[in-house]
Amino acid sequence: MIAAYLLLIIPLFGIAFFAFAGHKADTGKVNVWLNAVSLLATLWLAINVLNGGTLLSADKAFLVDSFNVYLIVLTAFVGLTTSIFSAPYMAHEKELGKLNDARLKMYHSMYQGFMLAMYLVLTTNNIGVMWVAMEGATLATVLLVSLYRTPESIEAAWKYFILCGVGIAQALFGTILLYYAAVQIGDGGDNALLWSVLFEHADKLNPEILEIAFVFLLIGYGTKIGLVPLHNWLPDAHSEGPTPMSAVLSGLLLNDALYAVVRNKMLVDGATHTLIAGHLMMGFGLLSFLVAALFLHRQTDIKRLFSYSSIEHMGLMTFAFGIGGSMATFAALLHMTVHSLTKSAIFVTVGHAAQVAGTQNISKIRGLIKTQPRIGWGLLMGTVAIAGFPPFGVFTSEFLVLLATMHSYPWLAPLLLLGIGIAFAGLFRHIQPMVYGDKPEGQMPVKANLLPVMIHLALVLWLGLAIPGFLADWFSQATVLISGSAPL
Amino acid sequence: MTLSTMDFYTQAILSMAALIGLTSFLMLGQSRLLRMIFVFALQGFLLTLTTALVAYSMDNGHLYISAALTLVLKVMFIPWMLRREVIKMNMHRDVEVLTNKTAVMMGGASLMVFSYYVLHPIVHTTTTVMLNALAVSLSVVLLGMLLMISHRQAIAHVVGFMSIENGLFFAAIVATNGMPMVVELGIAFDVLVAAVLFGIFFLHIRTSIDSLDVDLLNRLHEVDK
Repeated sequence: MIAAYLLLIIPLFGIAFFAFAGHKADTGKVNVWLNAVSLLATLWLAINVLNGGTLLSADKAFLVDSFNVYLIVLTAFVGLTTSIFSAPYMAHEKELGKLNDARLKMYHSMYQGFMLAMYLVLTTNNIGVMWVAMEGATLATVLLVSLYRTPESIEAAWKYFILCGVGIAQALFGTILLYYAAVQIGDGGDNALLWSVLFEHADKLNPEILEIAFVFLLIGYGTKIGLVPLHNWLPDAHSEGPTPMSAVLSGLLLNDALYAVVRNKMLVDGATHTLIAGHLMMGFGLLSFLVAALFLHRQTDIKRLFSYSSIEHMGLMTFAFGIGGSMATFAALLHMTVHSLTKSAIFVTVGHAAQVAGTQNISKIRGLIKTQPRIGWGLLMGTVAIAGFPPFGVFTSEFLVLLATMHSYPWLAPLLLLGIGIAFAGLFRHIQPMVYGDKPEGQMPVKANLLPVMIHLALVLWLGLAIPGFLADWFSQATVLISGSAPL
Repeated sequence: MTLSTMDFYTQAILSMAALIGLTSFLMLGQSRLLRMIFVFALQGFLLTLTTALVAYSMDNGHLYISAALTLVLKVMFIPWMLRREVIKMNMHRDVEVLTNKTAVMMGGASLMVFSYYVLHPIVHTTTTVMLNALAVSLSVVLLGMLLMISHRQAIAHVVGFMSIENGLFFAAIVATNGMPMVVELGIAFDVLVAAVLFGIFFLHIRTSIDSLDVDLLNRLHEVDK
């Protein structure tokens, strides 16, 4: 359990360090080191879980089980690779005069603040603290969205702040209702919001209250997942903020919000014994999936394009968790992992591509392969992976979702296929002219470190070909925990 | 069951719920910002009283801390910050004309009815006072949203945002006698940070569009134009 505490102390130290010493040179490198140490801590934690099973701290404040352990490692990993990308990227932005030292200092401090919030969401056993940390993640990132201080970025940040703030307030109302139900079964006091305690007594909780609570929880955390029609903040925040922020928002924040919904759904399912929670998630998920796939076609900004792709994939995951069978749940867990890896890799490449072209406007980015082959190919490969081509991992998970849909709700399968097709066309009609073709005059290569991208895509490829045994075990155990039955 | 047959505590809580609901309506129909901020502070004060009352009757020590936090944050700090901003921007004489005030007020009333409708399924598992408290707090949340939709000034948005928080806090205090201490402290911390961030944002928005009218924040579009 020491590893879990360590995991929270490192970013806390990071916040303080950057706040006081953030003006020194090479803070980008310190950020990388801090994230590397965090990753080591998570690996230690993962080995503990691998050997000893579910970990519950003595005061029951922290819980690490097979559902969140891999998400914790994933969070630390994406946090690290994004910081590796961020160091030269932000230095370049500073050279361009978009940033000054004070803002860079705040950027690094808040980067660690965001990581702290993410680790806290994942490790805490208290669903009230989970809410607090989720709100904390909004607060940490809101000033990063407006980091460049352009009118557009301030508008985006304001929208993000207000929409997510109001949205997540609904989740607090849901949490209060949940607590109210817990107090009713005579379990008041400090333990009443502990997830492990509630999960044990889930069948005793009042189903009517929990049904109402889940509606609020889904709307609340759903705003952060970016479910349509609560998604308006997401493309703006992704396109106007600095690119490393887009990578961690898409790769981590959305995942963690979905994690919070699923944790709460497990309690609600235990109490109601109906499919109501699942049906709500399926409805919202499918709507987001289809709407975002259509919106892909009409984007002019490359970062907005991929943020709509994030909405699409989060919709698919929400849909899969909503179906709720063992195969669908397994697929959703896998999809969370591969989407997070692929999407952060894409945003890293997109960041470089935008620096090469000097703009985020799709119609002005041309001939990337001729200008800088590594970036062009990176973008193309990333898009191939995210569009769900075999042999990448996204294909495996999407295929499993499709199978599960055909099994449980066959009449929804055509809609799913249609959505995948539309999204595929939407991505490639924009990507193809960007990577192929002649380069515009004056387009110069930039200093780019594509190692994170390659590692991410290699991992996604590996997960598509063969899932390593320990990870498959965790997925299976988590599936049993969530859906109640073993996969395959 | 009539009001006069209930014990003093229940009567007091119900009156508080009614008053807090009323303050939400007062804010909704307000076209002057300073008065809106005053009513917001009043709502915070009522919330403080409610918390202290619950703390006293349940003999619950940590709720006194919550009451003190509410007093400092929602009655003093946030209204003071907003008031300073209004005076600095010289907006205290402006009257914001609400388009279709009647419809907004009617909408507010229907939201209140809607809150009762939503929470009605739990009526047989709980007491009348709990149902009322939960329904009023939900309607305060919804009225806060309506306030944000119907007003254009960023200040009014912050007031709406914070009054949503008030509604949630009321539910937590009355229905469950307060959340666990660690959660309450966390929420108070979040509110404080949010308030400070709003202050920073006012500065940014002002320097960016030279106004706090959020209708002017209209550069970003869902699709290309």
